[in-house]
Amino acid sequence: MTIRPGSAIVNAVGSVVAVLVALLIGAVVIVISGQDPWEAYRSLAEGALGSRRGRAETLVYAAPLILGGVAFAVAARAGMFNIGVEGQLVIGGFAAALVGATDWGLPSAIHIPLAVFAAAIAGGVWGFIPGVLKAATGAHEVITTIMLNYLAFRLIAYSIQKRSDWLPVDDSVQGTERVLDTARLPIILDATRLHAGVVIAFVAAFAIWFVLFHTTFGYKVRTVGLSEGAARYGGIRWGLTIAIAMALAGALAGLAGAGESLGLHGRHSAVPPGLGFTAIAVGLVGRNHPIGVIFSGLLFGFLSAGALTMQAEADVSRDIVLVLQGLVILAVAAFEAMNRLPWFRALGTPKTPPGGDRASDTGMSPEIESRPAPPAI
Amino acid sequence: MRDVVKRFPGVIANDGVNLAVQAGEIHALLGENGAGKSTLMNLLFGLYNPDEGEILINGASVHFHNTRQAVAAGLGMVHQHFMLIPRFTVAENVILGNEGPDSILDREAASRRVAELAASYGLNVDPDATVGDLPVGMRQRVEILRALYQGSRILILDEPTALLTPQEVDDLYIILRRLRADGGTIIFITHKLREVANVSDRVTVIRRGKTIGTRVTSETTSQELAELMVGREVLLRVDRPPANPGETILDGQNLGCTGAHHQETLNIASIQLRRGEILGVCGVEGNGQSELIEVLSGLRKPDSGTLTIKGQDVLGADATGFRRAGVSYIPEDRHGRGLVLDFPLWENALLGNTERPEFTRHGWIRSGWIRELTSSLMSTFDVRAPSASTPARSLSGGNQQKLIIARELQRNPDILLAIQPTRGLDVGAIEFMHRSLVKTRDAGKAVLLLSFDLDEIMDLSDRIVVLSEGRIVGEFEGSTADRAQLGLLMGGRPGEPAMAAD
Repeated sequence: MTIRPGSAIVNAVGSVVAVLVALLIGAVVIVISGQDPWEAYRSLAEGALGSRRGRAETLVYAAPLILGGVAFAVAARAGMFNIGVEGQLVIGGFAAALVGATDWGLPSAIHIPLAVFAAAIAGGVWGFIPGVLKAATGAHEVITTIMLNYLAFRLIAYSIQKRSDWLPVDDSVQGTERVLDTARLPIILDATRLHAGVVIAFVAAFAIWFVLFHTTFGYKVRTVGLSEGAARYGGIRWGLTIAIAMALAGALAGLAGAGESLGLHGRHSAVPPGLGFTAIAVGLVGRNHPIGVIFSGLLFGFLSAGALTMQAEADVSRDIVLVLQGLVILAVAAFEAMNRLPWFRALGTPKTPPGGDRASDTGMSPEIESRPAPPAI
Repeated sequence: MRDVVKRFPGVIANDGVNLAVQAGEIHALLGENGAGKSTLMNLLFGLYNPDEGEILINGASVHFHNTRQAVAAGLGMVHQHFMLIPRFTVAENVILGNEGPDSILDREAASRRVAELAASYGLNVDPDATVGDLPVGMRQRVEILRALYQGSRILILDEPTALLTPQEVDDLYIILRRLRADGGTIIFITHKLREVANVSDRVTVIRRGKTIGTRVTSETTSQELAELMVGREVLLRVDRPPANPGETILDGQNLGCTGAHHQETLNIASIQLRRGEILGVCGVEGNGQSELIEVLSGLRKPDSGTLTIKGQDVLGADATGFRRAGVSYIPEDRHGRGLVLDFPLWENALLGNTERPEFTRHGWIRSGWIRELTSSLMSTFDVRAPSASTPARSLSGGNQQKLIIARELQRNPDILLAIQPTRGLDVGAIEFMHRSLVKTRDAGKAVLLLSFDLDEIMDLSDRIVVLSEGRIVGEFEGSTADRAQLGLLMGGRPGEPAMAAD
């Protein structure tokens, strides 16, 4: 495989380097705050990976971030900046909890899929709306998804406060009623919080990878995202494709919510968890590649799972984890920016094929034949 | 410029270039795309600094660190894509950067000075016109005027004819000769041999960053220059056996489109494509070409008219439907439409083919088969790239265009729409593209060639139509078409007497 900027390998290496750089800078921050960075990282790793429970916690923290990250990635592949992961996630989690807390006398084999399905549908609708608005009217998805986030928060708050007459909600706990045991995602590792939703996250990420890179639909999504002109030229319906991609993204975020309410918490709380926003960072660090998102989700899960142990053992504030997460995002963004620099790109550019004129005509190699900047004025 | 070397990471753009321009001459700088012409001029103009070698102006070595110094030394540059502010007037654009020391701008004085300057060089431009309202040829004059206003005695023109009509090109030649007569020096960057012959006194050819040679224009031939430029023998004229037109395969009647402001953008009474024939469509950019092509390729539904392919009504079909009806389409914008630059070549081969069962089955992409197909297309069409997994972005323009034509012909279409298929390509790739079009025609397919290069149209077309303001204003047999007449029709001036071209 050729090493060239933009290729999967270079992206992966870049992300790993970025993470290492972030940890290094984080160490400096810890030193400045008067603690031992080695001890901090050691206890962080021990907390997250040193025990069966710790490893399970890493996965539990990672699951919604992976699903949310993939939700961001799918939309990004279609050229959409999905800030609405949070809204899609909470509306999905709320829908799942409502179905899960309603007693129809269903067996688990039906109740669980039904609740999970409800989450996917609710999240899917929440993603589909901005997709359709963009396709039909050109309304910018950044605006509409942010608005739909608030709409989701308020709708849930309203339902919990005012609609206890016909919904299984409980205003006193600021959430839904408890999900019935028949709808709870089972714990798959004894004496931990590791629930079946974690499996859903990994399966979904692999499935989306397959869809994106091996199916006609995925091809259309990626084409639309990279070049609207080429998509139109190729007979791909731009509007339909982005609407479906956004619905798919919403459904994935909805599944993340389902894992939280049916697996982890057993109810949906009206307080937005903010996971959807962290998931955007996970998607970016994972380079909008489902497999990359798995790794970046695990990294973020690892940081969250180890934070308490670090605070207890190394006396480093757990908030340093948030600093680390921020540094990782910054470092990845910096690497991405570097990727655009001509000299950096040129490092991996394959040699000119014999007889071919390098330098395409619109300045793909901006250093050659590019038109000069306007005269200094 | 002596032994100038400029390196970029991984590329040596200029590798010991020597260029000696005499005062008071028009010196053409000839080379293919990517040969290093623009880099050389950017070095001269102070946008880059040379890694080796020196630049002398009037015998004195100069080191420019920015363009302001270059301008102060008497250099002026007219860019291919004009650096003008459309909402400013001509005078405002001209004085931009030289507004004078006063904080209050005296528009009237500026306008007067610009008018005087324009008159003294025969540049017939109204200083108070808004630049955005001017035709392209006029905007170029504004650029020239700005350089003159800044006191330039050495004028660099970067591919100045790329966007002009034949008449505007002739006018430009007149202006350049006038500047020369006044003692000005002109460096004329081009890759078109005809322009070298028409306007320059001497010509320097560069190839792959190296000076190949300098010739006195009157003592050389186009054939020699082409070979210097490409480095091997080239066929300048397309070898084209007489056409053997068959049945009409595409028939459009009364096709009309209206634009966003309800203005008429297309109004074509009748257009036919016939098997075994190349129909050339010429015209000045922005006269309904894009509307016509979008209608003929199914990207746009016309507001009126009928369109049949092989007798079947196709209006109402989308781009996929048109492809199914046998239309292949080489788009004018290969980066924005014809290719997804970040996709590997094999995924680009899939573009437009997603509905075909060889390419996809039950929604799965048959990547193995497509990769094999791409590799075989690459060898058939001489697409030079390491493998089918190479991203399209890293190919040269010529190889990108070969990939597109390979993909479009692989479909075995009945109709090929070739829109500016050679724009920005070098001589070798142009030769290949032209031969492909003729071969396609001879295989009994209908070819529509749309180009803004009149020579290309005249060299290749069996029949020519002229498009002006959305209408077909003239139709000629390829052999009877007259350059001057076509030019006048393109300019929307059919009533005026023909003027001698060239």
